[in-house]
Amino acid sequence: MDCVVTGGNVKVLAKAIHSLSRIGDELYLEPQEDGLALRSVNSSRSAYACFLFAPLFFSRYSTPSGHAFRCKMAIKSVQAVFRSLASLEKTVEKCHIELDGQKNRLTFALHCKYGLLKTHNLSFQDSESLQAVFDKDSCANTLRVQPRVLVDTVVHFPLSLEEVTVSLSDERVWFRNHVEDEAGNSQSKAMLTEMCLASDEFDHFAVQAQNSITFCLKELRGLLVFAESTGLPISMYFDEPGSPVVLSVTDSVLEVNFVLATLSDDPSLRKNNTKRNKAYQGKKQNQAASPPPPDDFLNDDMDSYLIAMDTSIAPGTSAAGPPSPPSANHTYSHQPAVACHRTRPHSEDEEEEEEQETDDTERPPNKKFRSLFFGSVFATASQMTNQTVTSQEVLASDSEDDTQTESP
Amino acid sequence: MKFRAKIIDIGCLNHLTRVVTTISKLTKTCVLRLTADNLFFVLSGKVANGGVSMWCELSQVNFFDEYQMEGVSSEANEICLEVTAENLSRALKTVQNSKVVKVKLTKKHCPCLTVAAELPTLSSVSRVVTHDVPVDVIPRRLWHEFKEPSMPDFDVSIYLPPLKTMKNVVDRMKNLSNFLVIEANLNGEMNLKIETDLVSVTTHFRDLGNPPWGGEGSQDGGRSQGRDPDSMAHARVDIRKLQQFLTGQQVNPSKAMCNIVHKRIVHLILLHEDASLQYFIPAVA
Repeated sequence: MDCVVTGGNVKVLAKAIHSLSRIGDELYLEPQEDGLALRSVNSSRSAYACFLFAPLFFSRYSTPSGHAFRCKMAIKSVQAVFRSLASLEKTVEKCHIELDGQKNRLTFALHCKYGLLKTHNLSFQDSESLQAVFDKDSCANTLRVQPRVLVDTVVHFPLSLEEVTVSLSDERVWFRNHVEDEAGNSQSKAMLTEMCLASDEFDHFAVQAQNSITFCLKELRGLLVFAESTGLPISMYFDEPGSPVVLSVTDSVLEVNFVLATLSDDPSLRKNNTKRNKAYQGKKQNQAASPPPPDDFLNDDMDSYLIAMDTSIAPGTSAAGPPSPPSANHTYSHQPAVACHRTRPHSEDEEEEEEQETDDTERPPNKKFRSLFFGSVFATASQMTNQTVTSQEVLASDSEDDTQTESP
Repeated sequence: MKFRAKIIDIGCLNHLTRVVTTISKLTKTCVLRLTADNLFFVLSGKVANGGVSMWCELSQVNFFDEYQMEGVSSEANEICLEVTAENLSRALKTVQNSKVVKVKLTKKHCPCLTVAAELPTLSSVSRVVTHDVPVDVIPRRLWHEFKEPSMPDFDVSIYLPPLKTMKNVVDRMKNLSNFLVIEANLNGEMNLKIETDLVSVTTHFRDLGNPPWGGEGSQDGGRSQGRDPDSMAHARVDIRKLQQFLTGQQVNPSKAMCNIVHKRIVHLILLHEDASLQYFIPAVA
C-alpha cells in the first residue's frame, strides 16, 4: 500500500485520527478499493467510528494487489505522528504512508518545509476486519444539522457527563442529561439540564417515530470536534431505543460514520427478551424489523460471538456499506444458533449484547447498553447458572400493557 | 414557599454569575438564604470545613428585574436552601448570552432551583435551556446557624494590598509551608510570614491605610482602641484557606479589608458595588 496526502488534507487526516482516539485504543487501518478506511471501536463495543477517505483525497493512492491488507496499531503511536495540529498545518507539505512488506512496518513520512523529513515507522498487527453493520436508510428518524448547533448544545452539559438523551417530537428536539436512577432511588441529586431546539434549526428533520434515545456524549464530542473544523453538516439516523444511532459527516472525498449504542429502557428490554424467546423457538428471523438474536447464556466469551461484526480473517467479505450475507469461508466454531444468524439477510444491525449494570438478580436489570456487534447476551446471574441453550426462561410475559416509561 | 425571579440585563447576569462562581470556588455546598430584599450565601464555620465561615450578601434589586419571594410563613418570610454552588455557577455560565433568565424554586424529582433561559438563535423559535439545580430545604429550626456574623472585636483593621499581588505571594509561599502568619498594625503595615526549619520568608506591605473604624471608630472600648499603632497583631492560619479565598476572587472589589483578632481569627471583608463578601479564617496554634 502506498498513498500520499498533501496540503490541507494532512490536517484533516490528523484530526480524524484524534477523533478516533476518543473512541478506542486501537486504530484499524484498511486500504480498500473505495478508499482508505480508518476505524476504531471501544472496549465495550458500544461505539464504533469509521473514517473512509476516498482515493481522490490522496494525491497518490494505491492499494496492495492480491490479498487484502488489514492491520491495527496502537492509536497513541499514530497520534504521536500527527501530534501538533498547529505545526502540522504550518510545516508539513505532504504525508506519505507506505507499507513496508518485508519488515512489517507501516511508514509515515512527513515531508516538511525546508527539506525536513520526519519518518515514523510503526509496527502493526494483522487484524480482523472491523466493520459495524448498519443501515441508515431504514432508520425511522433522520436529522441533519450544522455542527455549530450541536456544539452550542453540548456546551451546556458538563464535560464529565456520560450519557445524553435525545428526544424527538414532530417539531422539536430535546437534549437532556441522563441520570442513572438507582433502583427505587428517586432522590438523585444530580443537576438536570435540558435544551430544546426547534426543528427549523435543522437542515433536515424527518421524524417518523417520536422516540427518545440515550447514548454516550463523550463519544459524540469526538465527532463534533471533527465536524466543526470541517464545517460539514452532521446527519443523525436513529430508531427506537436500543438500536444504535448513526452519526455521519459526508463530503465528496470523505465519509465519516460514528455508530453509537443506545440505552434500552426497561419496558423495551422486556419486549426484546420475549422477541428473543420467540425467535429462538425456531422462527427464522427474516423480518424487516429486526428482532434480537437468540440468547446464548452459557458462554460469555465475547470474541466467539462477533456476528454482525464481520471478523473474518479470510479475504473477501469485508465490504464497506450495507452488508451482504456472509460468505461461506467464514470459519467459526460456534453453536448453530450463531450460524443461523448469519444467514439472516436483514440489513439492520441489531446484534446486541447486554452488560449487566446492576447486581440485582431478582428482576431483569433496569437498563442495558446494547452493544452493536455481539450476538451473545449477558444474562442475569440466575439465568446463567441453570440455563441451557435449548431452553430459556421467559423473563417477562408478552403483554402489551405496561410499565411506565421512566421520566427523563 | 415560592420564589421566582427574572434577570434581563446582561450586566446583572454577568455580575451574578461572577459572584456565584466566586462562592463556588470557596466552598462546595453553601446555604442560600432568600429574603424579601436580599440574597445571602452562607457557610457556617464547622470543623468539616476547617472552621472557615463565609457570609456573602447581595441586594436583590441590583440583580433581578423581577423578584417574588414568599417565605416559609409570614413571620419567617424567608427561604433557606442548601445548594451546591458549582451547579448554580455552571447553570448561570451557560446562559450568559440569553435574552431572559428566570430562576424559580420548583419541585421536580426533588426541590430544585430551576434556571431557565431563552437563547438567541437564527431560527424563529429560540432555544430554551433549563437547568434544574437540586437543593435541600433547610428547616426553620436550623436557621439560627446561618445568621449574619457579628463583627468581631478586632485588634487591628487594615486595608488589604491588591488581591492579585497577595495571591501571587501566597501561591509561592504555599510551596514552602502549610501555615502562614498574617500580621498588621494600625500604621498601615502588613506582613505575610512563613517559617519552616530551613527558611523563613516575609513579605512586607506598607502604606496600606487603615479603615476609619480601627482606632476610634464604632468599637467603643474595643480592643483596637488605645492601641500602639506600631504594634502588630497577628494570626497564624492554614495557608490553603487563604489561598482558596484569594484564588476565587475574579473581580477587584471596591474595598478590601482585613480585621485581625490577635491569635484568634482573620476576618476578610470585600465590598463590591452591590455585593459584599466576608470570610473568616480561624487561627491555628
